[in-house]
Amino acid sequence: MAEEKVVKMAVTALKEGTVIDHVPAGQVFKVVDVMNLYEYKKALRIGMYLDSKTYGKKDILKIEDRYLTQDEANMIALIAPNATINIIKDWKVAKKIQVSVPDVVTGLRCGNPRCITRYDKIKTVFSVLDKKTLKVRCHYCEHVFGKEEVI
Amino acid sequence: MAKKDVISIRDFSKKEIEDMLKLAEKIDSMAEEKRLKLLAGKKLATLFFEPSTRTRLSFESAMQGLGGSVIGFADANTSSTQKGESLKDTVRTVEKYCDVIAMRHSLEGAARAAAESVSIPVINGGDGANQHPTQTFLDMYTILKLKKKIDGLVIGFAGDLKFGRTVHSLALALSHFNVKLYFISPDSLKMPQEFLDEIKERGTNYIETENLAETIPELDILYATRIQKERFYDLAEYERVRGFYRINKKLMESAKPELKVMHPLPRIDEIDYELDNTPYAVYFEQLANGIPVRQALLCRVLGVL
Ligand SMILES: [Zn+2]
Repeated sequence: MAEEKVVKMAVTALKEGTVIDHVPAGQVFKVVDVMNLYEYKKALRIGMYLDSKTYGKKDILKIEDRYLTQDEANMIALIAPNATINIIKDWKVAKKIQVSVPDVVTGLRCGNPRCITRYDKIKTVFSVLDKKTLKVRCHYCEHVFGKEEVI
Repeated sequence: MAKKDVISIRDFSKKEIEDMLKLAEKIDSMAEEKRLKLLAGKKLATLFFEPSTRTRLSFESAMQGLGGSVIGFADANTSSTQKGESLKDTVRTVEKYCDVIAMRHSLEGAARAAAESVSIPVINGGDGANQHPTQTFLDMYTILKLKKKIDGLVIGFAGDLKFGRTVHSLALALSHFNVKLYFISPDSLKMPQEFLDEIKERGTNYIETENLAETIPELDILYATRIQKERFYDLAEYERVRGFYRINKKLMESAKPELKVMHPLPRIDEIDYELDNTPYAVYFEQLANGIPVRQALLCRVLGVL
């Protein structure tokens, strides 16, 4: 519990919303990015390089008044495969979402500048080739990318 | 039932590839009178957003040989895409006028995106550096026709293996079979690792080498590709590589007498003209095989045969 206390002091608690914990240290803005939260007009609480018993250092993100869906959680799985996601209602954990790397991810930007999805309005689709190394293949241009190239 | 498209060789199982090759064989040996009835009354639209006279004429000739008719455009300058119309809107309009679309586009994934926008079949005639499945089928058909089998063959790819999509797709198709593959190229133009991984995953043995002359005696098929000058930053390196991959009568001295040399054409100077009239040269025959193969694909996607 010591770890949790530190977190609560570093990043204040949440009444309603979602807590994404155990994001790899320094990666929290990628989560903000894939969830397109730059335009979000409510409170985001971000902690970076916090101490973690399990991982040494970690990031954390708290999103006020927004409840993550399983699909969104799976998108995050690519960046933070070990994330713990808690839905908070009235200061309490109402639901825990298990993160699992999905077979198919959508919405990421294709890393190939010659891909049709970069020109026409087409929702991107990637099949996950390897859940460990997180290699994905674009459904359209068929290029293979490491996760760092699409996130 | 889901509609049939021909977008990528990755969409085809070994069985489906074999069935398609059998169908091409059947059409190839069919009486013309019978063949001309197969797609009578059907219309093919050839949408060449990127020009390729060779591929377009092959599709059009294939369709006419089945008794069908052809509409379309030969480059994007004459089409509404120049006015900024999206690919989706273009194909949705064209779909009202035809039964099947064959298209080429410079952007990768364009054929897949088009196929998902319409309810008629789409055949990919090349999408950028990605796929050109009708070429792959005609290459497979050529090998089968020449060697009467695919299992057991030793096939070498020489030239630009990094950017050559025909090589990537053919190697993927061949890796369904029990073959041994040689990838012969300078270090700067090697097969991309992702394709090697995919080939290996299917249990196919391959060897990478820079030395064409030493590999020649092993091969049943040599598949040569263009080495394009624009791929090189260093012209001296280009000249060195070019000389190294020159396929001529002298190189053939150590080859098996039954070796066949294929090339997707057009060639630059990888294959010496002196080879054209030898039994090794099959690249013009290969080109001609595009007709029965494209006919088989047209019949299959339209549910005929
Ligand atoms: Zn792509």
